[in-house]
Parts: sequence; C-alpha cells; structure tokens
Amino acid sequence: MSEILKDYLPLVVFIAVAMGIGVALLVVPFIVAYSNPDPEKLSAYECGFNAFDDARMKFDVRFYLVAILFIIFDLEVAFLFPWAVAFGQIGLFGFWSMMVFLAVLTIGFIYEWRKGALEWD
Amino acid sequence: MTETFQFAALAPVLPEISLAVGAMVLLMFGAVMKDRALNFVSVMSILLLLAVGYWVSTMPSDKAAMGGSFISDDFGRFMKVLTLTGSAFAILLARGFLTAPGRVLFEFPILIVLATTGMMIMISAGDLIALYLGLELMSLSLYVVAAIDRENVRSTEAGLKYFVLGALSSGMLLYGASLVYGFTGTVNFAGIAKEATHGGVGLTIGLVFVLAGLCFKVSAVPFHMWTPDVYEGAPTPVTAFFAAAPKVAAMALFVRVALTAFPTIAPQWQQIIVFVSIASMVLGAFAAIGQTNIKRLMGYSSIGHMGFALVGLASGTADGVQGVLVYMAIYMTMTLGTFACILAMRREGGSVETISDLAGLSRTNPALAFFLAMLMFSLAGIPPLAGFFAKLYVFLAAIKAGMFTLSVIGVLASVVGAYYYLRIVKVMYFDEPAQAFAPMRGELKLVLAISGLLVLLFFIYPSPLVNAAAVAAKSLF
Repeated sequence: MSEILKDYLPLVVFIAVAMGIGVALLVVPFIVAYSNPDPEKLSAYECGFNAFDDARMKFDVRFYLVAILFIIFDLEVAFLFPWAVAFGQIGLFGFWSMMVFLAVLTIGFIYEWRKGALEWD
Repeated sequence: MTETFQFAALAPVLPEISLAVGAMVLLMFGAVMKDRALNFVSVMSILLLLAVGYWVSTMPSDKAAMGGSFISDDFGRFMKVLTLTGSAFAILLARGFLTAPGRVLFEFPILIVLATTGMMIMISAGDLIALYLGLELMSLSLYVVAAIDRENVRSTEAGLKYFVLGALSSGMLLYGASLVYGFTGTVNFAGIAKEATHGGVGLTIGLVFVLAGLCFKVSAVPFHMWTPDVYEGAPTPVTAFFAAAPKVAAMALFVRVALTAFPTIAPQWQQIIVFVSIASMVLGAFAAIGQTNIKRLMGYSSIGHMGFALVGLASGTADGVQGVLVYMAIYMTMTLGTFACILAMRREGGSVETISDLAGLSRTNPALAFFLAMLMFSLAGIPPLAGFFAKLYVFLAAIKAGMFTLSVIGVLASVVGAYYYLRIVKVMYFDEPAQAFAPMRGELKLVLAISGLLVLLFFIYPSPLVNAAAVAAKSLF
C-alpha cells in the first residue's frame, strides 16, 4: 500500500506548490499593490462592452468577422496538437496530409488578407 | 496503411484533386488581380470544368481509392460528366450577371468549381463519411452562392433560408448515418449492405433519416419548402445553376445510397421512395398552377420533375436506374435552356420575371418564343420532344416492376402539370404584345440553341445517351 502512495508523492508536491503560488498571488496584491479604485476599474471586464446592458444591442459586424477568422486558426491548432504527438507513427503520409491542410488554410488566409478583411477601417 | 501508402493509389481521385487545386489557384489569381480577374477566372473555370469532364469520360472505371471511400465506376462517370457540363454552362449563363456595372464577383465561378468538386465526391462516395464530406462541400458553396448578391435583400434572404434548412437537413442525415453505423458497425456502403439483413427497427429508422436528408437535397416533397423561395430570391443565374448540377449530383447520391448500401432491405426504402415520388409529382403539378413568377414556377416544376425521376428509382431495377440517368440528363438540358430564356427577359429597367411579361413574345422575338415554347412542351412531356422520352423510360421501368398505381398517378400528374407549361405558350403566342425585351446576349443564345436543338432532335438519334445510361446503370448491379 505504501508503495502506491509513494508513487503519488510528486502529485502531492505539485498540488502543494500550485496552491502555494495561487494563494500567494491572491493575497499579495491586497498587501503590496497601490490601490485607487474607480467604477470603470471595478466593473466586470466584458470585451469592451458594458457588462450589464441589453443583450440585443447593435455592435459592429467586424467583431463577428474577426471571431470567424480566429476560429479557423484556433481549429488549425486543435488539429496540429494530435498530429505533433503522433508524428513518430504517421510517417511521410501524415506529414504531407498536414502540409496540404496548412497550405489550404494559407490560401484562405491570403485571400482574406487581400480582400481587406483584416483591416479595421 | 501508413507505411504502405502509395501516392499512385490516388489515381481515381485525381480529377477531383485537380478541380480543388484549380479552384485554389484561381482564387489566388483573383485575390492578387482583384477586379481585373473576372474574365480570366470565368473562362478558366469553364475550361477547367470541361477539361475535367473530358478526362473523367476517358478514365478507366471500377477503381476504388482511399480504402473504399471513393468509388469510380461507370455510374459515377456518367453522372460526373453531366454535373461538370451543367456547372460549366451555369458559369456561362452568369456572364451577364457578373459583368453588370458595380458588381465584380470573381468568386462566383470559383465557388461553382468548389461546389462541383463536392458534387463529384458525393457521386463517387463509397461510405457515409465521404457522402457527408462531399455533401457539405457542395452545400456550403451553394449557401454562399445563393446570397452572392449581398446588396439585394431577397438574395440574402434566400441564402439564409437555404442555410438554416440545409443545416437542419444535414443534422437529420448525420443522425440517420449515426444510427446506421450503430446498427451495422460499419460506414462502408458494401459493408452496410452485408449487415443490413439483420438490422431491425433501428436500422430502418436510420435509413428513414438518411433518406430525409437526401430528399431535402433533391427538393422532394415533404422536404421541398425551401425550393420556391430560394429559386425566386436567388439571382437568376444562381437559380439556373441550382436547378441543374446539384440536382443531378444529389439524385446520383440518392440512387447510390439506396442501391449499394441498402439493397438487402429494398422493400423498406421502396415504399418511402414511392410516397415521396407521388407527393412530389402531385405537389409539383398543382402548386405551380397559381404562380405568376416564372422562377417560382420553375421551382415547383423542378419539385415535380424530381418526383418523376424518383419513379425510376422506386422500381429498384437496372432499367429504373437507366431511366433516372436519362431523365436527369434531359432534365438538365431543358432547365439550362429555359433559364437562358428567363435570363433573356430584360428591359431597360433591369430583369423582369413575371409570366405576363412574356405576353406576345411570338411577335416581338419569334425565335426566342419558339425555343421557349419547345422547351415548355418538352418539360410537359409532349412527344416527340426529349422530355417525353425521359418520362417514357422511367414509367416503362416502373410498369415492368409492377408498380401500376405509381405509374398511373405519375401520368395523371404530368397531365395536370402540362396546364401551366402550356399557359406560358398561350401567353407568348395569343396575348397582346408587351414591350419588347432588350437584345439577347451572345452566350445566352449559344446555350439556348444547344439546349433547344438537343431537345428538338433527341428522338432522331437517342442511342448515345440511352446506351451510355444503360452501361452506367449496370455498374450498380
């Protein structure tokens, strides 16, 4: 039984260090930080919008465009992680499959760039 | 699979890969050249589609690739050549729309090439995954194409409606596919066919959902609701494209799924197809009667024609499939010609789309009136025009399979449908002339002449199409 418990010792150390750092980062600002509150600083942060307002408000459609463009590259990374982990086993075929995928995404990126989708004004 | 993978094994997929690469190269060209790219991109897209069409027609058949996901057989080659031709002509028809002042859309031909790539994958699909990937590549391109005139409220409305209903139908199809996979343990069509004999109720429910998703794509009743709205709202060249190539591809997929994945439970899908077919023929015939907008009328007409084509599938025999193939080829020819006429309905103020605008066309433009009248007779199925033979083959197959009720209802529906086609002829020939249309563009004349002559002269030399369809149909059995 004690053998098994010994295996878990690094985990206990990790939890202890994580909790130590977490609590320290929570507590220390109360003690050492310079404090000068105002309403803007105290309100919840909500991506540049008022936090408590009608949800059905008008906002610039370009936010939506940026979000869509972000999602594409977000998903690209989601595909890259398992690919990188399994890279040793998937061989040349796996390598070129991902290169084709990245090339297709790059073509889309060049298109949206040339169309001016990344410019705010 | 990884170590032994040979790139030569991709040979059957090369036409699809070439289309996809071609679309991306043209997209880059357009992105760099911007407004000056339109002419070059349109011409190159048409040439690319026709070249790939020729390539597919000369390829060896009965090859599979990607572990059975992709099947290249005679059936697939027939349908692919049809689809590629339809797409190329749709780009040709759109020339006037694309070059209108203040509107430069080099993306339009590229989106059509991408949609066509999706259709080719659909047609060649050998398992449920390839089916869904092809279907989505096609659908996503079609949603964008429907809304391509984004300054126009009706075009954006058409795009949004198509997108919402299309997403719903994709969901149903996926749900059905998951049930089929769950009850057979495989996504491969041949594997499903082997396991389907002891599938039970769960598999039948899966089958129903898959067929519902496919019915949406071919716009068969009761999944037709989007068709009239999208046909009316989308720009006319887009409607012409929707009515031609995607219908052919979706019908090909329908036939392939029914006959290669579920041949062992044929009686179960046959009764669904019989119902859908009767409902489509009847609704297409009756609902079109009250229409005043010619694009909306063509929407209902296409619902009806899909019903007639499904009569061939309902029989479930090689003769029936041959009928479906002949029907789709002739239907596509007639539709492209009719839309060339609708695109020619222009006056100084812009396009007009009501049937009364055609009044007295026989006196202001006799040639256009003659061709449109012939196309209407052909759509109604009056001999000796091509449309009659299309219906003849599917009804013969149904009668040989003993489906007399279906055939009788179909013939009666086509009689009712003839009324609204003949009404257009009557308006053109017997009503007081309205203001004349602007001169017809050259490419519209070309498409109309090709389509009109094929429809008029089909009965003299029908054997190439009929024989090719017979060979293609045999490859599924």
